Amino acid sequence: MEHTATFYLGLIPLMPLVGAFVIGLLHVMTCKTKGFSEEFYGVIACLGPAASCIMALQVFQLLQAMPVDQRILVHKAFTWFSVGELHINMGFLADPLSSLFLLFVTFIGTLIHIYSIGYMGGDKSFGKYFAYMNLFLGSMLILVLGDGPVVMFVGWEGVGLCSYLLISYYNDDRSNVLAGNKAFIVNRIGDLGFVLGMAFLFWSIGTHGFDFIALKANAPMLTPAMGLVVCLLLFVGATGKSAQIPLYVWLPDAMAGPTPVSALIHAATMVTAGVYMVARFSFLYAHIPLSGEVIAWIGILTALVSAIFAMFQDDIKKVLAYSTVSQLGYMFAGVGVAAYSAGIFHVVTHAFFKALLFLCAGSVIYAMHHEQNIWRMGGLRKKLPITYWTMVIGGLALAGCPPFSGFFSKDEILFSALASGHKGIWIIGVLVAGMTAYYTFRMIFVAFHGEPHSKSAYDHAHEPPAVMTAPLVILAAGALFAGLMNLPEVFGGHQLVSHWLAPSVLDHHVHATEGMEWMAMGASVVVVLIGIAIAFFKFARGAEVPYFSGFSKFAYNKFYIDELYDAVFVQPYKLIGSFIWKQFDPNVTDGPRRLTAGIYSIAGSAFKVFQTGFVRVYAIYMVIGLSLLSLLISQTLN
Amino acid sequence: MISNYLTLSIILFSLGILGVISRRNVFTVFMSIELMLNAANLAFISFSRLHISMDGQILALMVIAVAAAEASLALAVVILLHKHKGVLDTNIFSTLKG
Repeated sequence: MEHTATFYLGLIPLMPLVGAFVIGLLHVMTCKTKGFSEEFYGVIACLGPAASCIMALQVFQLLQAMPVDQRILVHKAFTWFSVGELHINMGFLADPLSSLFLLFVTFIGTLIHIYSIGYMGGDKSFGKYFAYMNLFLGSMLILVLGDGPVVMFVGWEGVGLCSYLLISYYNDDRSNVLAGNKAFIVNRIGDLGFVLGMAFLFWSIGTHGFDFIALKANAPMLTPAMGLVVCLLLFVGATGKSAQIPLYVWLPDAMAGPTPVSALIHAATMVTAGVYMVARFSFLYAHIPLSGEVIAWIGILTALVSAIFAMFQDDIKKVLAYSTVSQLGYMFAGVGVAAYSAGIFHVVTHAFFKALLFLCAGSVIYAMHHEQNIWRMGGLRKKLPITYWTMVIGGLALAGCPPFSGFFSKDEILFSALASGHKGIWIIGVLVAGMTAYYTFRMIFVAFHGEPHSKSAYDHAHEPPAVMTAPLVILAAGALFAGLMNLPEVFGGHQLVSHWLAPSVLDHHVHATEGMEWMAMGASVVVVLIGIAIAFFKFARGAEVPYFSGFSKFAYNKFYIDELYDAVFVQPYKLIGSFIWKQFDPNVTDGPRRLTAGIYSIAGSAFKVFQTGFVRVYAIYMVIGLSLLSLLISQTLN
Repeated sequence: MISNYLTLSIILFSLGILGVISRRNVFTVFMSIELMLNAANLAFISFSRLHISMDGQILALMVIAVAAAEASLALAVVILLHKHKGVLDTNIFSTLKG
């Protein structure tokens, strides 16, 4: 029993990786010729994630059958490397936290793969796309299942690489490639923090075992100062991967990739990694309250700033991208105030409704022949009924309207913040909830209501095929009901997710009165309804393309943060680079190089004399050499 | 007794070296090399007789076999060289000059 379970653990990430390998090989072998049909690739690509999903369910059930405090499965595949005191196994760990992640990552990943078959139809390198997608999912599963920071880091880098490959997938256009570069480089900055954090962690407590179980046992040995350093450095990694201030800039640009890729990045893989990592290291963060404080404030400020950006964007995918950054901010606020299960629960519900929203946006874009500007849509409600209704469900969930899933998870984060005494975070959080409702419904009303802004595009719009709408309907059901998994006790629920996660994360339980909970809930519901109402009155009857001036222009241009980063970091870096290239390299570092080469050149011309080209002269050298050698040997023997 | 044989061997070997170093004709150089090989053979056999052991004789047989192989190869090279330049003077073949 035990054996089969651990066997699954190794297979779960292996399945998509094998899929990626097979598809990649087939694609490379046949890309010169006509190649295999799209259906063939599509079926192979969906097999791996689907198999992982089934096995994830098995693992979940196995864990469920075990006693609460023993719910841990470890599978050591092989010893990866062993240097001094550092012994790293390629090991996989399933506990309630990772099994929950496994479930939604594989499930949503599979749906996105199915959807992609329709969306990517007719693409010239269909096989390459699916190879990358499978690799992406496989990397994420390694990240989730890794039994220590090092194995986790393998997946961490893997998703970074795949995001680069997929964001610059349409590589005919230079701007897409630059967006991919940006994602990769910004992530690399975060990764440096992660690596340093890992190094400090190993240096301080890692010598007694560098997997999560050993680290958890040794965590109390960490001095507070060192703990703070480790926690903040690891959080730098999280800000890169999960798009928080100051490293959030890559995520909106990541919209350059195909839309299902955005769905995968935003919902199932990649951006949730940072939250997962913080929850995974909750045994560290729980000891260092100051680090949690920093995380919570950065999270909520990110939520606020990106919500402001989202209110003024006109690209449907940019709105969604900033909404993701904003929701990730909520999640970090949750884990920051030590409400780990609330943060993780928001990851789960967010995965459902954000995947849904992106896939809806994808089917709008598909129907409009790659038009992404919401001001050129309008009136699509009648043409795309399934997309419209599923998108409304997703939008209500994102806005946090009861009884949709987003309401329960977001409310739990806000309530935890309030109950743990973070009033400022709570106030900003409620404000952001209203803004979220406003920009979500601004997008939906402008795109689907009113009069068509572009008559010809409207006439050609049509509902996408069933292979794309079926995942929408399934995800809509998820977005609608996922919240019920963690129904709070005031509604007669049992907080199943929180109880499930209890052995993995060190939740800080707060005791608050029921009245306070009702008050917190009431406040956010009222704000959300106000947000939707404003959007309704402004945009539901049709709206003109807005003219931005003053603050709105400032926000439309994202506070010129990109330009600021460009001026402060990128340009000086380029200047240093070109200085080294054009001045330092030829004049300074080339000196020793020239000197060495010169010495060899002179020595060469001196020794040249001996190379006469006559065989018999070489024979003389040999005789002289042998004679000297013989003399030496005879001297030594005597 | 043995010293006579060894002296002869040394004389033969030195003649070989002298031939290799001083002569310009490819064939003469080649024959000088054979002379050196056979000087070595003579030394082997002398020691073999001295120690009443067959080792030296076996080595001498090996040297003869190698010399035969070498002769076939060297003659082929000489023929090619002659085809190439039409002469057998080693001073002509000096393309390895530094």
